[in-house]
Amino acid sequence: MITRPEPSPLGRTTTTFVGIAFICLIFADVAITTVDPWEEFRRLLLGLVTPDFYATDSVVLAIAYTLAFALLGVVLANAMGLFLALLFFSRIVRTGCAVVRAVHELFWALIFLQMFGLSPLTGVLAIAIPYSGIIAKVYAEILEEANPAPLKVIPAGTSRISAFFFVRMPDVWAHFRSYSMYRLECGIRSSAVLGFIGLPTLGFHLETAFKEGQYSEVSALLILFYLVIATMRIWMKRPLMPVYLIGAAAILPWGIAFSSAHIVRFLTEDIVPHPLRTGAGWEAFWDWLNMMVVDQAIPGTIATVQLTMIALVATGFLTIVLFPLISPLLLGKASRFCGHIFLVVARSTPEYILAFVLLQLWGPSMLPAIIALTLHNGAIIGHLIGRYTETVSLRQDASTGFNRYFYEVLPRVYRPMLALLFYRWEVIMRETAILGILGIATLGFYVDSAFADLRFDRAMLLIAITALLNIGVDAISRSVRTRLRLQTSLEQQ
Amino acid sequence: MNTLPLDPHVISRQGVGGKFNEGDPKMMVRSVLAAAGVFALMQAPVATPVMAADFVFTAIPDQDETQLRKRFGKVAKYLTSTLGVTVKYVPVKSYAAAVTAFRNNQVQLAWFGGLSGVRARELVKGSRAIAQGKKDPFFETFFIAHKSTGLKPSKAFPKGIAGRTFTFGSKGSTSGRLMPEFHIRSAFGKLPKKVFKKVGFSGNHSRTIALVQSGAYEVGAVNYKVWNREVKSGKVDTSKVSLIWKTPPYPDYQWTIRGDVNKGYGKGFAKKVQGALLSMNDPDLLKFFPRASFIAAQNSDYAPIKETAKKIGLID
Repeated sequence: MITRPEPSPLGRTTTTFVGIAFICLIFADVAITTVDPWEEFRRLLLGLVTPDFYATDSVVLAIAYTLAFALLGVVLANAMGLFLALLFFSRIVRTGCAVVRAVHELFWALIFLQMFGLSPLTGVLAIAIPYSGIIAKVYAEILEEANPAPLKVIPAGTSRISAFFFVRMPDVWAHFRSYSMYRLECGIRSSAVLGFIGLPTLGFHLETAFKEGQYSEVSALLILFYLVIATMRIWMKRPLMPVYLIGAAAILPWGIAFSSAHIVRFLTEDIVPHPLRTGAGWEAFWDWLNMMVVDQAIPGTIATVQLTMIALVATGFLTIVLFPLISPLLLGKASRFCGHIFLVVARSTPEYILAFVLLQLWGPSMLPAIIALTLHNGAIIGHLIGRYTETVSLRQDASTGFNRYFYEVLPRVYRPMLALLFYRWEVIMRETAILGILGIATLGFYVDSAFADLRFDRAMLLIAITALLNIGVDAISRSVRTRLRLQTSLEQQ
Repeated sequence: MNTLPLDPHVISRQGVGGKFNEGDPKMMVRSVLAAAGVFALMQAPVATPVMAADFVFTAIPDQDETQLRKRFGKVAKYLTSTLGVTVKYVPVKSYAAAVTAFRNNQVQLAWFGGLSGVRARELVKGSRAIAQGKKDPFFETFFIAHKSTGLKPSKAFPKGIAGRTFTFGSKGSTSGRLMPEFHIRSAFGKLPKKVFKKVGFSGNHSRTIALVQSGAYEVGAVNYKVWNREVKSGKVDTSKVSLIWKTPPYPDYQWTIRGDVNKGYGKGFAKKVQGALLSMNDPDLLKFFPRASFIAAQNSDYAPIKETAKKIGLID
């Protein structure tokens, strides 16, 4: 009798997720509705190869603002994040961090716009608040994984502060530094995207240029944006940090009117559900809540989950295709160089911008969002996996070509790849919500509509639901990772 | 502890950056510091009673920003010379942002649409509509369609648009959202998303025309002034997109001023602003609006808009 081998848990999980994504795809609207999409695409390509660097007024200032928001936001987030990381043993702190990072920076910006208006504080806090939640978690993880041995040999009676700064910090410092650099890169991306809702960063001009079909201007702005990110490691030197920070604080126009009355009004009136605000009573409130859940929250959640699952699995497939581009096991130096360039561009382009472009070209459906999320995230994970293969050594007589890819490399990277995918699941979901602002009917669409109608009570309710959904996905992802014993950062054996 | 490069934070360690060396950042920061005072897009200064601060206004971003900057840059110049205070125009990205800026006193005057004006005045007690274009009490929305639909111009509501893809303008627009949605709902007795195969929001009127022209949407609703201007300037390919229906007239755009400007800028300031707007007769300036001239307006002129918005649930 032949017994079929038990399917591996890894295989089962893969099948489950691919199955779910497939079902989601059946129900997804992925039609290209534009009658003549390639005409616009041709204009876009033409624009991209003929960048016009003089089309945008005060573009230097826009870059400076982009950097200023990012720098101040990320530095503030680092300080708060480190502090919170030390308190991460507390459940309240952990939950608080989970909540703030579950809300996307664009939503934070929309909220702060109501309180502070178009003031620098809006931009800085929109980055600093969610980032401190993320940084706190990552730093806490780094601290947890740090070698505990040095702590055991310090003399009794050493104060906790001394122990932290002289024993633990030196061990984790390099990790903190490299992570904060990565965060700064994210911060610059976020800062640019904040321009789409009115802050004077690169995104402000990018949105205008896109909307008016000025693709040469778009091209120039994107090139400048890539240059800023790609050169970051050259200009971002620690001794220069104070100079940059002072510069950043100095160029932002802080003297903008905002009064505490606006903040109080927002918190105590604007976000109180309308029926309660007008004293229509609890019954009216339940009707309101029912309407919100049935008409908006449920359809929005379905679309959000649907898009997230499709994008997650598609990202997995794309990663498998992309990582060889930079893997020394599979490609030569020259090809890898081109691969690097491609991956840098794909992952530096915020998915919001990618989706924006594709929507213009293909018309409104889920397709632009799927492609944008997949391309961006596939490039990120592809890059990490490609880098990972640098540490893998094969036997001298290992097979070559496709056999090497399928039988030697892929099995070795599959586990770490899944780990990263699940790690990124929550990020993808957060982005999914945001793409709603562009018109794809995820929760973000309803949030955006609520803000457009100046109904902040509705907006806050929907943002809260979005946050809960993210926290839920994060929890599922964590349990899947634990069950499959997937680790995103592994102790080297 | 050795972390494999799997950590998400290792992502950007690699050095493609080394290949580029344009744009010395230090130089840039320095030149920016110098330029900051000149541009200051975000500068919307405090209006305190003590200090005669700049008078700031905004406008709903209903069409191409380039167009708006040209138009309102001229208006700012004109108002500065007539009012004797520095008047600045601040561009915003959405209708809601225009209302919020007005509500938070970051701007004291705004060029609103019917609906955004109603919303703003609802939120800011004492604020008043003071001027409107001569024809703004009789504004219209045009329904436009891609030629592939085969829809022909008609006097009666074009029922043939059912089942097609449809784009509004901005979510907060009067001519691009409120009025077309009202007429669609009256004609079909259903929500737009039930009437059409797909419903979108283009963002502004210029985009609506572009999207229907490219066929991204089959039908769209657009502000008649923007349509007329773009047809006249040759930006519209009328062999691809054409007008199929005009709504009955309704009151739309107006200048709205905060009730507390007299406190900040001196007695009778609101009246002075109104006077300046009404006597704006430079053809070069009016051409950019495009309006023949401006006439007085009052809050009650927009009661029908408020009613309609309530009816279709756009305001509580």
